[in-house]
Amino acid sequence: MREKILTFIEKNSRVDLKELAIILGVDEATVVNELQAMEKEHIICGYHTLIDWDKAGIEKVSALIEVRVTPQRGMGFDKVAERIYNYPEVNSVYLISGGFDLMVTLEGKTLREVSKFVSEKLSALDTVLSTKTNFILKKYKDHGTVMTAPAKDERIMMF
Amino acid sequence: MRNPLSKTITTIQPSGIRKFFDIVSEMDDAISLGVGEPDFDTPWHIRDEGIYALEKGKTFYTSNSGLKELKVEITKFLDRKYDIQYDYNKEVMVTVGGSEAIDVAMRAMLDPGDEVLIPQPSYVSYVPCCVLANGTPVTIELKAEDDFRLTAKQLEDAITDKTKLLVLPFPNNPTGAVLEKKDLEEIAKVVKKHDLFVLSDEIYSELTYVEGKSHVSIASIPGMKERTIVINGFSKAFAMTGWRLGYACGPEILIKQMLKIHQFAIMCAPTTSQYAAVEAMKNGDGDIAMMREEYNGRRRYLMHRFKEMGLECFEPLGAFYAFPSIKEFGMTSDEFATSFLKAKKVAVVPGTAFGDSGEGYLRISYAYALDDLKVALDRLEEYVNELRAKQ
Repeated sequence: MREKILTFIEKNSRVDLKELAIILGVDEATVVNELQAMEKEHIICGYHTLIDWDKAGIEKVSALIEVRVTPQRGMGFDKVAERIYNYPEVNSVYLISGGFDLMVTLEGKTLREVSKFVSEKLSALDTVLSTKTNFILKKYKDHGTVMTAPAKDERIMMF
Repeated sequence: MRNPLSKTITTIQPSGIRKFFDIVSEMDDAISLGVGEPDFDTPWHIRDEGIYALEKGKTFYTSNSGLKELKVEITKFLDRKYDIQYDYNKEVMVTVGGSEAIDVAMRAMLDPGDEVLIPQPSYVSYVPCCVLANGTPVTIELKAEDDFRLTAKQLEDAITDKTKLLVLPFPNNPTGAVLEKKDLEEIAKVVKKHDLFVLSDEIYSELTYVEGKSHVSIASIPGMKERTIVINGFSKAFAMTGWRLGYACGPEILIKQMLKIHQFAIMCAPTTSQYAAVEAMKNGDGDIAMMREEYNGRRRYLMHRFKEMGLECFEPLGAFYAFPSIKEFGMTSDEFATSFLKAKKVAVVPGTAFGDSGEGYLRISYAYALDDLKVALDRLEEYVNELRAKQ
């Protein structure tokens, strides 16, 4: 049941819980209880809104930053990651395999703001060996959702 | 000038569904619950294989019966899903949709005067295909009190010494009924007793929603494979309607002759589609499961709404249609659908489009996103309440 609830709300967290219960074929109390439990257990970590800021006419600059760091004795990468993710302008931090260690995504109001963060804060950390900043030029798809408006229904009443 | 038309073709009526579509396309803000195809796009990995086949220049005819690789995958699929075993080389042919398979099968099997038993309500093309093949269609009325299943008794009662073929359209469009193994065993007894053949249209076989009532093919009942043509395809299971690809499986003696018609009329099914379909059969189980889950949620929602608005409806177990009764309003299906469309701008299909026995019912498709269903059902509820207030 949990997987079914999660799969559904991952795509649509605004669903009416009574409706969700009908769709999943269970009673409403089950859905409500499971959701509360999963929030408590921090399986559900938040409810967010996917926004096309471009279309809203509000300027934002996003960057993907590849970061190479020195892991710390006894802590591995966790401590370094924590120092980075505590900055509110940081959107996400992933430990990854491959040519570098951490992938940091960042959102700022201007190019200058992002550059400033990288040069003054991120690169200034002792454990950071190098950074490579990739600015996002256009967002096509995010969280499994294509950013362009869905196509019109062109199906014909055939049979 | 002489009449250019054959006597046969003028007796055939065009499909009743298109009339509604023509009205809908004239209206600006009408919404539809009338479409009979999935709302999902074909899964990308399948489309990608189609594109790849084009890029590689696979643009020639395939063999008449279809790509060997695809036929092999079809036999594996049928074995894995429904426990029926076919020889890919002699008992399988790839067709232009399940609809071509229906046509070709009837033409290969019927002589003038042969009677074909067609349970209704059901898909619109069995009767015309039968007539075009010089057969005589004999309809059997499926009843709500039997959960729209065909019973052995009904079958027995409809058989004459001219009966040759039984069409078995389950999971059913438009009712959503399915036949369970025990139903099929009873039907199989009658079929064998009277030495009939079966055309089993299983195009919705992957779309069943209730545990323990998933699709059983009549060909898997002992002694039935040799007298059954199984028709299936890619349109519904893999959301591939526009690719026009289906298949027929059956005894060699029939497939061999059906292949002759296909060879001269069609040559072969589209090559691009066949390559894409190989991918669908190999790696498409996850897509089917995802779509089935989605349809099932909508089905539950739909049934809940019908219950709330007090509209009687048989619980559909398969396909993606519900078939609510509108008998309480004292209108024909056609009148209801027409006036509902005019009043609330929602298109539904009158049950009579699927045979006279669909009178008093509507076909409502749930191949629509939940948000669209919601809006349409709100309007149906309004309309139903208005009608009741007037009564």
